[in-house]
Amino acid sequence: MNSASCAAKISTQPFSLNPTSPASHDRPLVSPKPTSLFLGSTRKLRLSSSSKLNLHRRSGTVVAVSDVVKQKKSKSTHSLLITKEEGLELYEDMILGRAFEDMCAQMYYRGKMFGFVHLYNGQEAVSTGFIKLLKQQDSVVSTYRDHVHALSKGVPARAVMSELFGKTTGCCRGQGGSMHMFSREHNLLGGFAFIGEGIPVATGAAFTSKYKREVLKEADCDHVTLAFFGDGTCNNGQFFECLNMAALWKLPIVFVVENNLWAIGMSHLRATSDPQIYKKGPAFGMPGIHVDGMDVLKVREVAKEAIGRARRGEGPTLVECETYRFRGHSLADPDELRDPAEKAHYAARDPITALKKYLIENSLASEADLKAIDKKIDEVVEDAVEFADESPVPSQSQLLENVFADPKGFGIGPDGRYRCEDPKFTEGTAHV
Amino acid sequence: MAAIFQGVGAAAALSSSPSNSFDSKKFVFSPCRSFSVRKGASFAVVRSDGRVNLNPKGRRAQQLISNAVATKSDSAAASSSSKPGHELLLFEALQEGLEEEMERDPRVCVMGEDVGHYGGSYKVTKGLAKKFGDLRVLDTPIAENSFTGMGIGAAMTGLRPVVEGMNMGFLLLAFNQISNNCGMLHYTSGGQFTIPIVIRGPGGVGRQLGAEHSQRLESYFQSIPGIQMVACSTPYNAKGLMKAAIRSENPVIFFEHVLLYNLKERIPDEDYICNLEEAEMVRPGEHVTILTYSRMRYHVMQAAKTLVNKGYDPEVIDIRSLKPFDLYTIGNSVKKTHRVLIVEECMRTGGIGASLIAAITENFNDYLDASIMCLSSQDVPTPYAGTLEEVTVVQPAQIVTAVEQLCQ
Repeated sequence: MNSASCAAKISTQPFSLNPTSPASHDRPLVSPKPTSLFLGSTRKLRLSSSSKLNLHRRSGTVVAVSDVVKQKKSKSTHSLLITKEEGLELYEDMILGRAFEDMCAQMYYRGKMFGFVHLYNGQEAVSTGFIKLLKQQDSVVSTYRDHVHALSKGVPARAVMSELFGKTTGCCRGQGGSMHMFSREHNLLGGFAFIGEGIPVATGAAFTSKYKREVLKEADCDHVTLAFFGDGTCNNGQFFECLNMAALWKLPIVFVVENNLWAIGMSHLRATSDPQIYKKGPAFGMPGIHVDGMDVLKVREVAKEAIGRARRGEGPTLVECETYRFRGHSLADPDELRDPAEKAHYAARDPITALKKYLIENSLASEADLKAIDKKIDEVVEDAVEFADESPVPSQSQLLENVFADPKGFGIGPDGRYRCEDPKFTEGTAHV
Repeated sequence: MAAIFQGVGAAAALSSSPSNSFDSKKFVFSPCRSFSVRKGASFAVVRSDGRVNLNPKGRRAQQLISNAVATKSDSAAASSSSKPGHELLLFEALQEGLEEEMERDPRVCVMGEDVGHYGGSYKVTKGLAKKFGDLRVLDTPIAENSFTGMGIGAAMTGLRPVVEGMNMGFLLLAFNQISNNCGMLHYTSGGQFTIPIVIRGPGGVGRQLGAEHSQRLESYFQSIPGIQMVACSTPYNAKGLMKAAIRSENPVIFFEHVLLYNLKERIPDEDYICNLEEAEMVRPGEHVTILTYSRMRYHVMQAAKTLVNKGYDPEVIDIRSLKPFDLYTIGNSVKKTHRVLIVEECMRTGGIGASLIAAITENFNDYLDASIMCLSSQDVPTPYAGTLEEVTVVQPAQIVTAVEQLCQ
C-alpha cells in the first residue's frame, strides 16, 4: 500500500457517511474504544517514546510523517503527495507565516504595535494546508489569531503589517488591528475578538453561496467557506448551533478546529467533558475527522476531501487538527502553565522542519532552493515593516468614516441638513 | 404644520423638509415627496381635520375639534393621486412592504423562527414561503445568536437578509452578534464590508404576556454604534419604513409593537418609502411638544382629545427614528412651543426618553420655558396581572395631567 492510498484511506473512511441522510444513525467515526489521553494532558504527562505516539492513532487517521516518508522511500516518485511547485508553494507560505509572526513579536517589544497580539507560530501547517487549496472567491473566517490566515489567503504582508502598526494603509485602514483582519478582495471575513462569534458569520457566507446557486441561479457558484477556531470555542454554543444549521441545510462550509490543547491557560482536558472534538461532527450529521495538524501534507489531503465535499454540495465537514502554538496565547501571556516537556515534544514536530525534510528527502527541492525562499521571505517581511513604518497614521477626519455605510445614519441635525453634509463633520471636528 | 416655517426661507425650507411631517393620512406622497399641495400656502396651519386656519397666532382653537386622533382617511387633498389606495392592517402592510422588496431585489431574504411555513408569529411573513421558497424565507432552528450572525455573514457576502426575532426580547440572545458584528464590522473592516441587514420583530408591552415577552429593547440597543433604529406605528409608516430599511445599506433594527398589528388604514397603491431618519408630525399644535413613538402615540392622541377639549393645543410628533433622532423636526417644534413632554414605553432608566432629554437640552436649551418632562414605563419587570400591567405603562390620563402641569 503506497502513501497515496494511505492518504486516501484517511479521507474516504470518514466520508462514507451517507450524504443524503443528515439524521443518519451511522457513527463510523466514533472510535469504538476509549483511547489514551492527548499528550497535552496535565494529569498525565510523560515524555513519550515514538511507540507511544501511535497510541492516539484512530483508524489510521493519524500517521506520523516519518512513517509516510519511510513508506515512500521504497516507492517511485509518482506516488508523492505533492509536486515540486506545490511543495515550494507550501514551504514559502509556511515560512512567510513564521517569519511574519516572529517579526511581529520583535515589533511589539519595540513598541510599534500594541494591544493583544496572538501569534500563530507552530500552527502554520493548518493555515497553509487548507487555505492554499482555496480559490480567491472562497471565504475564510478566522479568530483573533488571524495574521497567518490573512497571509495565506493572499492579503499582502505590507497590508497586514500596516494594520498592526495602526496605519491608514493597513487592510482595515488601521481601524481593526491585530484581531480584526478583513479583506474584501481576498474574501477574508475577519478577524474576531470573541471566540465563536465568527462561526455564524462563516455559516452565513456559506449560506450565501448556496443561495446564489439555488435562488439566484448562478449555477457555477461553488464557493466554499472555511471557519477556523480553537479548542476552547468547541465548548461554546455558537459552535454547536452552527454545526446544526450547516448540516441541516448542507452548507458548503468546513469547520476547522485548531486544537492546540490550550485556551490561554485552560487546558482542553480541564474544560471539556469529551475532549475528542471530531466526534461531535457525526452527532450533527456530518463527518468528523482528526488529523495531525503538525503535518502540512496530511492536513492538505484531508482538506482536499473536505473542501471537495463542500464544493460538490454534499455538506459540511468537521476537521480537528491536532496542533500546537509554540508561543504563549498572546504576547502578553507569560506562558508559565505549559509543561516544557510538552513544548519540547511539539517543537520536535515543527511543521516547517518536517516539510523541509520531506522535500529534500524526496528530491523535490534542494537546500539551495529552500534557502532562496527563506531569503525572499525575509525581504518581503522587512519590506512590509519598512512600508508600515513609512505609512501615515490616520488623521482625525477618519474617526467618523465607515461607522455607517450610508452616513445618513448619523441623522438630521438641528439645521435640517444631514449631519454628514456638514463639512466640520467630515473633518472630524463637529460636535456629535 | 407650515406654521413651523415662519420665515423668508419658508418655501425653500419646505422643499427640503420631510414630507411625512404632515399628517400621513391627509396627503398622498409620490416617491419624490413633492410638496405640490403645500407650496402655495407657506404660512397656513393645517388642522388635522383638513381645515386651513390662517391665524397661526391664535392660541385657542376656534371651536372644539371633535376628532384629534389622526385616523381619518382621504381628504380632498389626498385625491390628487388618481388611485384610491387600499385598506389594510398593519401586519399586512409590513408583509406588503416585504413582498414588494423581495420581488424587486432577489437578494432580499427572510430568516427567523417560524417565518416560513407558519407564516410568522404575527403573520407578517404569511404566504411568502409559498411564493419565494424555503431558502428565501428560511425557517431557522431556535438559535438566535447564530442565525443572526448567519444573517450578518450573508449580508457581508452580498445578500440582504431580514432577520426576525419572534419576539424582540429573544434578540437579547443575539446581543453578541448585533453589538459586535452587526454594528461594528463595517467600521473594523475599514469600510470593506457592508451589512445591509434588517432585524425586526414585535416588542413592547402587550396584554398580560408576562415580563419576558414584554420587553423594550430599544433602550438596550441604542448605544451600539453603527446601527439605526426605527419604530413603526401606523400601516403607512410600517410599510414605508420597512421598505426603506431593506433598501438601506446600514443595519437597521426595526421595532414593531405587539398591540399595533391590527391597526387599519388606507395606504397608497403606488410605491413609496418613508425616510428612516425623519420624524412624523402627527398633529401640529402650539402649546406643547409631545414626543412619542410606537404604541404610546395612540395613548398620546387619546390624551390629546381630552386636552383639546380642555383648551390645550398639543403638537404631537412621532419620532419614528429612535437612533438617530430627527433634531430638525424636534427642534423646530421646541422652538415653537417651548415646552416638551416625552411619552415613551421604555423604562425610565437609560431609555430613549433619557437620550432625547439630553439631546434636546444640549441643542435647544435656550428655547425651553420649562424643564422637559418625561413619562416612561415604570422600572419594573412587567407584571402579569392586568391591573398592575396597566399602571406599568403610561396611560392617557397621566399624559393629560403632565401637559396641564407643563403648561401652568
